[in-house]
Amino acid sequence: MVGLDLERAGQVSTEVQRVLRRLGVEPEVVRRAGIVCFEGEMNIVLYTPGGRIILLVYDDRVELIFSDQGPGIPDVELARQPGYSTAPDWARELGFGSGMGIPNMEANSDRLEIRSRLGEGTVIRATFWRRRDEAQRGGGEAGP
Amino acid sequence: MRLKEVAERLGLEFLVTADPEAEVRGGYVSDLLSDVLAHAEAGDLWITHQRHLNVVAVAKLRGVAGVVFARGLRPGPEALRRAEEEGVNLLLSPSDAFDTAGRLHRLLFP
Repeated sequence: MVGLDLERAGQVSTEVQRVLRRLGVEPEVVRRAGIVCFEGEMNIVLYTPGGRIILLVYDDRVELIFSDQGPGIPDVELARQPGYSTAPDWARELGFGSGMGIPNMEANSDRLEIRSRLGEGTVIRATFWRRRDEAQRGGGEAGP
Repeated sequence: MRLKEVAERLGLEFLVTADPEAEVRGGYVSDLLSDVLAHAEAGDLWITHQRHLNVVAVAKLRGVAGVVFARGLRPGPEALRRAEEEGVNLLLSPSDAFDTAGRLHRLLFP
């Protein structure tokens, strides 16, 4: 993916959903993975010069891995907090940068790992359990 | 209530008619995309002032019944084309978001 390419952004997540549906992945996982992918791809587009999204489908889980060569996240714990954002004004005017991206990724995945190094980039791995018992143990979706 | 009936009763113009039979169960008003992804519900009619391409992606991901652009704000041809490809209903309201949401609420929950 190329940074600042808002035109193409949003297409990866719909494509990911199409692929998952074709592979017969559970609708609940398809829905959550689509939302996580959208937030991840928007982070790459808004904050970095570019990056990759890798989709892995296993019998027991689906993984989405986002890696970029961006500036890195100085304080990951802060970025996990709802409402915290470093988005520029132009992005906020388009409805991005409300500080809900990473919280949304956490709420819709069963596990979210973030590794970031300043000046080098960020790697985020989101895991979605495909078995009901494990999905419930992992936390699942946030309440209403 | 079916989307086509909601559109008729509220005076909404269809810009992209993907599924006029879609069931409208509620509404959501927001210009923040992540907020819509987090809190709108499938079957909601999403009322917004945003009109760029990503609105179509968010609407599709969240499974809303349709997107209503408030105050006559028309999206560009790219967004219309994407909505046709993705099968997302797009509608235009001549009135502002407050008025549109108020009338939708009265219609759905009289």
